[in-house]
Amino acid sequence: MIITNIEIIPGRTVVKHLGMVQGNTVRAKHAGRDIMAGFKNIFGGELKGYTELLQESREEAVARMVQQAEAVGANAVLNVRFSTSSITAGAAELFAYGTAVVLE
Amino acid sequence: MANFLIFLGLLFLGYVFGQLAEHRHFKSIQRREKEFANVMCFSERFPPDPSSITGVELVVGSVVISIDYFKRVSAGLRMLFGGRVVAYESLLERARREAILRMKQEAVNKGAGSIFNVKLETSSITKGAGQQIGSVEVYVYGTAVIR
Repeated sequence: MIITNIEIIPGRTVVKHLGMVQGNTVRAKHAGRDIMAGFKNIFGGELKGYTELLQESREEAVARMVQQAEAVGANAVLNVRFSTSSITAGAAELFAYGTAVVLE
Repeated sequence: MANFLIFLGLLFLGYVFGQLAEHRHFKSIQRREKEFANVMCFSERFPPDPSSITGVELVVGSVVISIDYFKRVSAGLRMLFGGRVVAYESLLERARREAILRMKQEAVNKGAGSIFNVKLETSSITKGAGQQIGSVEVYVYGTAVIR
């Protein structure tokens, strides 16, 4: 499975387009991390807990997108985009979408 | 009175540790930017000379950075008068440069020499008291090209 955010894969041709595939996940941060983040809000600096949380969530969104692409018989996802939206104060939705294609 | 002292204490702690952390972070960013100077990033969508490309791979970098208490207060004051909010400018600059460096690190680990179609995305994730932005997330992604 090739995942990329450019529209063509150099040297490979697209045999078939299978439409858009997407994956999303909504995550909340747990209270312990919130408290640590509260301290960091005084001193400034990187919030490693949040970085990890968001990174994991994005990986999960991509994994779900790949799962959907496999289900329709694709072997690559092109033109992948990410988007984030906060739903409530404590939770964020992470969304990944792209075009599923069959490469030669 | 006690509240005021706590406020002053937080301001002081934020100023000292925040400045220290920012200074250290910028130094580390500059050092790593030199190290990864040979990995080029482009917002161009189509890599030139496609025949020599052997592989493409999605690479990402992300970072969440929080502002310190002193800067938050100074930004709050600035919002009364209007104008450039320097406190947030440096926060966002740090975050963007750090995220790009992490993406470059990933590209180097995968043996790529350049990254195309780089997209940057910024979102505020916590909102502190008074609906002020407490921390920002910067997420950057692109296609690493292996030749």
